[in-house]
Amino acid sequence: MQVNQEFKPKIVAFCCNWCSYAGADLAGTNRSNYPADVKIIRVPCSCRVNPLFILRAFQRGADGVILCGCHPGDCHYTTGNYYARRRMTLLFSMLDYLGIEKERTRVEWVSAAEGAKFAATMNEFVATVKALGENKRLEDLRCKTQ
Amino acid sequence: MQDTMKKRASELLADGTIARVLGWKNGEFVYDPTPAVFDSAEELEEGFVYHDFCGNNLSKYLIKLSRLEGKTLVFLKPCDSYSFNQLLTEHRIIRENVYIIGIPCDGKLDPDFVRASGAEGILGITTDGDTIVVDTMYGNVTLQKNACLLERCRNCKSHQVMVYDEILGENGEINEACGRFDEVEKLESMTSDERYAFWRNELSRCIRCNACRNICPACSCEMCVFDNPASGVSQKAAADSFEENMFHIIRAFHVAGRCTDCGECSRVCPQHIPLHLLNRKFIKDINTFYGEYQAGAEAGSRSPLVNFTQDDCEPNIVCKGGSK
Repeated sequence: MQVNQEFKPKIVAFCCNWCSYAGADLAGTNRSNYPADVKIIRVPCSCRVNPLFILRAFQRGADGVILCGCHPGDCHYTTGNYYARRRMTLLFSMLDYLGIEKERTRVEWVSAAEGAKFAATMNEFVATVKALGENKRLEDLRCKTQ
Repeated sequence: MQDTMKKRASELLADGTIARVLGWKNGEFVYDPTPAVFDSAEELEEGFVYHDFCGNNLSKYLIKLSRLEGKTLVFLKPCDSYSFNQLLTEHRIIRENVYIIGIPCDGKLDPDFVRASGAEGILGITTDGDTIVVDTMYGNVTLQKNACLLERCRNCKSHQVMVYDEILGENGEINEACGRFDEVEKLESMTSDERYAFWRNELSRCIRCNACRNICPACSCEMCVFDNPASGVSQKAAADSFEENMFHIIRAFHVAGRCTDCGECSRVCPQHIPLHLLNRKFIKDINTFYGEYQAGAEAGSRSPLVNFTQDDCEPNIVCKGGSK
């Protein structure tokens, strides 16, 4: 029996309830293709995601984490994504500083009307992470399941 | 200096302005003084010390002491006064209950450097300008002060006491060209792999003693995220590289924008992890991305992380080279 050795990255996508989650929905309705490796977690607002969420995702086996929210200025709660933007900028910069590949983390603004952009973003992100390979630098061996 | 401070504190105790004094007393050894509260002139006379090993930042203790009846006298060095301002901003200290005497500071000593310079068995210390005379079990040793300074004092950002009711001696100046980001820049110029190796080497020594968290004036939450038993990380020695990374990223992140760069975390780390390099990275990034900001320079200033502008940079700036 041939065992499929191809690396399948695990991607966690935090999507805000009001824009990006609806955008993902639209991508589905439009039948746009994006890899099944992307696991979507719905959050009330991109601002809900605290740095620990991102680290936890890596701990539990994610190879890449992407945060999607409303475009700046379009936040359902008016200002949430502005705060998220500052926080994530600093967190990503810190991860890079610690030598963790900066390509594994990303923030994208996807509105509810941008189903195609959602699919394109995910395709591109999965390809990037796939090229990087397994997440080794922020993994928790105790959480590894085989 | 010690005698002037003692005298002034006794006067204020005698005329009833203050009810207690927060200062330092010698620990088991002369080089590990601990913060102490003195309620009377006798206690003060007996225990109060101030010398070049008194690096401890006293601001954090005022969270509890300023809630007691009567005023507390505190001696603040320049870097402690930044922390004091920051705690005022966060409404953690009741200003009316604190009487501040600012004390100028020209750097505190790192006992490890003193010992490494050949002064074993330290019994006492006297400072005379740029030289220190260490009284040891094997006789007196004279050392250059500059060679024995704490890391934070080598790159001292300010000699100015930012908040005080009275000041002993002359107030200093802010040192703009302190070069405190030099080491951060050096790390930034390394490759990702080198940085990873560097931090693995440093952080893998962490024993999760939480000293950095407990000493930090910015870490003043009543219940810390790392104390939550459900978190799975509470009071647990690091068993895996992930936890070391996570603990230090989150610790630094929680004080980002509020860290005054007092350097206490690095001073107390029993494993000599350069924790200030994490905090300074955040300070440097904040300065580059959101404009110069010094936490604690003035009370009531708004931290960059609870603020925004509409045209902030996007997080992908990190992929384009970040603050380098």
